Amino acid sequence: MENTVLLEMKGITKRFGKTLANDHVNLRLYKGEIHALLGENGAGKSTLMNILLGIYRPNSGEIFYKGEKVSIRSPKDAVRLGIGMVHQHFVLIPTLSVAENIFLSTGNCSFILNRAKMEETIRGYSKKFGLDVDPGAKVWQLSVGEQQRVEIMKLLCRNSEIMILDEPSAVLTPQESREMFKTLRTMAKDGKTIVFISHKMNEVMEYSDRITVLKSGRVEDEMLTKDATVERLTKAVVGSRTLNKKVARAKKESACVLLEVEHLHVKNDKGLMALKDVSFSLRAGEIFAIAGVAGNGQRELAEVLAGLRKVTSGKIAMNGRDITKANARERISLGISFIPEDRLKMGLIPGMNLKQNAILKSFREPEFNRFGFLRNKPIKAVTERFVATHDIKNGGIDLPVSMMSGGNQQKLLVAREISSNPALIIAAYPVRGLDIGATESINNILMEQRNKGACVLLISEELDEIFEMSDRVAVLCDGKLMGIRNTSETDYEEIGRLMSGESA
Amino acid sequence: MNFGAIQIEKKQVVSLRSKILNTVMFVLLGLAFSSVLIIAVGFNPIAVYSKMISYSYLNLRGINGSIKAGLPLMLCGLSVSIAFKMNLNNIGAEGQYAMGAILGGAFALFGPELPIPVRLMVMFLLCAIGGGLWAMIAALLKAYWNVNETMVTLMQNYIALLFMDYLCYGPWMAKKQTTPISEPIPKGMYLPNIGNTGINSGVLVAIAIAALLYIFLKYTTAGYQIEVIRNSRKSAEYAGINVRRYILIVLGLSGAIAGLAGFVQITGVVHRVQAQLPGGSGYTGIVIAYLSKFNPIAVIIVSILMGGLENSCAAVQIMGVPSQIATMLQGSIMISVIAGEFFNHYKISFSKNNMISQNKTEGVAQ
Repeated sequence: MENTVLLEMKGITKRFGKTLANDHVNLRLYKGEIHALLGENGAGKSTLMNILLGIYRPNSGEIFYKGEKVSIRSPKDAVRLGIGMVHQHFVLIPTLSVAENIFLSTGNCSFILNRAKMEETIRGYSKKFGLDVDPGAKVWQLSVGEQQRVEIMKLLCRNSEIMILDEPSAVLTPQESREMFKTLRTMAKDGKTIVFISHKMNEVMEYSDRITVLKSGRVEDEMLTKDATVERLTKAVVGSRTLNKKVARAKKESACVLLEVEHLHVKNDKGLMALKDVSFSLRAGEIFAIAGVAGNGQRELAEVLAGLRKVTSGKIAMNGRDITKANARERISLGISFIPEDRLKMGLIPGMNLKQNAILKSFREPEFNRFGFLRNKPIKAVTERFVATHDIKNGGIDLPVSMMSGGNQQKLLVAREISSNPALIIAAYPVRGLDIGATESINNILMEQRNKGACVLLISEELDEIFEMSDRVAVLCDGKLMGIRNTSETDYEEIGRLMSGESA
Repeated sequence: MNFGAIQIEKKQVVSLRSKILNTVMFVLLGLAFSSVLIIAVGFNPIAVYSKMISYSYLNLRGINGSIKAGLPLMLCGLSVSIAFKMNLNNIGAEGQYAMGAILGGAFALFGPELPIPVRLMVMFLLCAIGGGLWAMIAALLKAYWNVNETMVTLMQNYIALLFMDYLCYGPWMAKKQTTPISEPIPKGMYLPNIGNTGINSGVLVAIAIAALLYIFLKYTTAGYQIEVIRNSRKSAEYAGINVRRYILIVLGLSGAIAGLAGFVQITGVVHRVQAQLPGGSGYTGIVIAYLSKFNPIAVIIVSILMGGLENSCAAVQIMGVPSQIATMLQGSIMISVIAGEFFNHYKISFSKNNMISQNKTEGVAQ
């Protein structure tokens, strides 16, 4: 690691309306280092990086690059300076080949494409950095991990000197992550500067040289990784805020089978088979986790159980009764609750107010409905009850839910979903994108429901969460159930192997 | 040029007052734009506008006329509003109006001689059924095969109007007539004026429907479900709402209300069935729905203003202003108001220039 400052951001402030996303942030990047940007969601990490990329412009502050003051007004400026980013959602054209995608982004292809030369360049980088990419393959054929490598390759071919990666490990299995960080290390040794955004402390401690912790828009702490301890990082990320007490897992014995899924085949939106011969059974009073990299059939599984997707073949039975053909409304009255993965697309209606969202599942009940007319008083009462019991911060129950923070939105959704005393709660990534406080509340609610005798189907890609919460864990890979384990009898290694498709 | 100083922010809550203010402002802007064209053809826009206003809105006779002309517009506006409330682009009010008029008109002209109130009641229902069933074609196609309702309802308009032409030029044409009109309906079925005001009681039908619609959308579980579907079809399905059924209900209702325009127009105004009876009301209904922001009560008021606008053309025609001025005003006001919608949802502010300092911006170039 050399000690030359490559880039410096000084006093960066960015306001969105009344919220201060970045508040006088200073960030220093050294040549050839791996720099971790750590912080909760909403701490301002992405905003800061987007400023560096010219997507946002700061309200005040200065940026120095190689000692000279620069103004990055557009992504084009950033590219010219050699700053590039691998976004969490890849920007690739599926029908084109790897080489075509890469040269599309470099923008220096001649009128007549020289495929051989393109592929040669890519192979060169592949060898140099151990970045395994087949330049001739079509992007749609690639796994998520491979697509990420293509994105990294793009930056290399553009001669980027600063490479920013937004939560790069989120889409990978533990084994794949390790490989990826190894590649990043070789690139850093070659003089590239790497910044990765993360909220996982262990990978930050393991793979970075220097850490900057952001908290509510400000730099909370800055350190060399060798000086970092878990305590110091936790304190910087979370602050002095005291967390809710965790709800303990109650002992449960001899629970009866609640839901049985047999040889389930389900298609995705494109008409391709997303679930292949999936069988499992859920018991009352357990948390059954579905592990796996997102996009391996999790969404289809959640939707088919909630009655929102058709079964191609196979059977779903609840308490011994065949419910394969039951529609969403029937499933709701059978006591199946659903916390969908993208709450603003499904589950909550951002433009409608808290009251209207609170009764989304129950407006037909006589409590809220008299001769087809909505009863305002009970609706108001139930909303206020949700707000009070789950400490949902809001500007007023007559305002749209889009005005609340993600954590409070999720609390409202979860409050509604458990209010009907469900027998089964399908929770798809219930704490994704939430800060630590909200995460604790949601996890506590789910644990309480389990202790009360409900079954929770917890879909997650965070192994930490799965090992903390679940009684049993199943792994989905490419639509197939790779295996079911008692959580207490397995480990990260084994689950990681199952996630990557190796059968045990 | 530094566009960086302009900031666009999304407004979260919009008060009713600012909504109304916004609409009024952009109506005026639309008028200002039209006045350029009026000047271009050689007239004084102030004189033209004041003549139009004083003719249509500033005396009892003018107001009566405006209401009368606004009568079918109210129902067409309501029809379009409820469909648009669920993001269903029903631009077929014109055709649904025609089909309602045909079915109800057939009963009025050729139906059995029942007591007058019964006959009016049956005709009322038949008009609604005519329009409703006609819209149901588009609704079924939309609900079961996701066929674009905009195209279907538009094409259906041509079919309905040509069918009406056929009847009025053919089997229904009155004896000793050269124009495509039917015999008058029985005198007893004419809707009377309210007291001695000269205002036709058909307007009460429209107001009653507007009020019912307002209550339906705002206070019932059905209205709630419609709002959920409009905002997020996915969330509606998630909540177990039968979206397909609501497409049928809402488009059917929309068509039925448009069909009732036929009822009020035949019984209240023209007293017969004639070719081209809707005369573009179905399309003006779209303009009215937009200007009223789909609020049923506002539809009534805007319809009267639009009715008056159409009437006032006659007044300025005497001055030599082309009669197309009404259409032009409608168009420019609508474009202006729809464009102005942006300012209902976003706030634009000009921040002081304390951005990345402007000196040495060329540092980027290497």
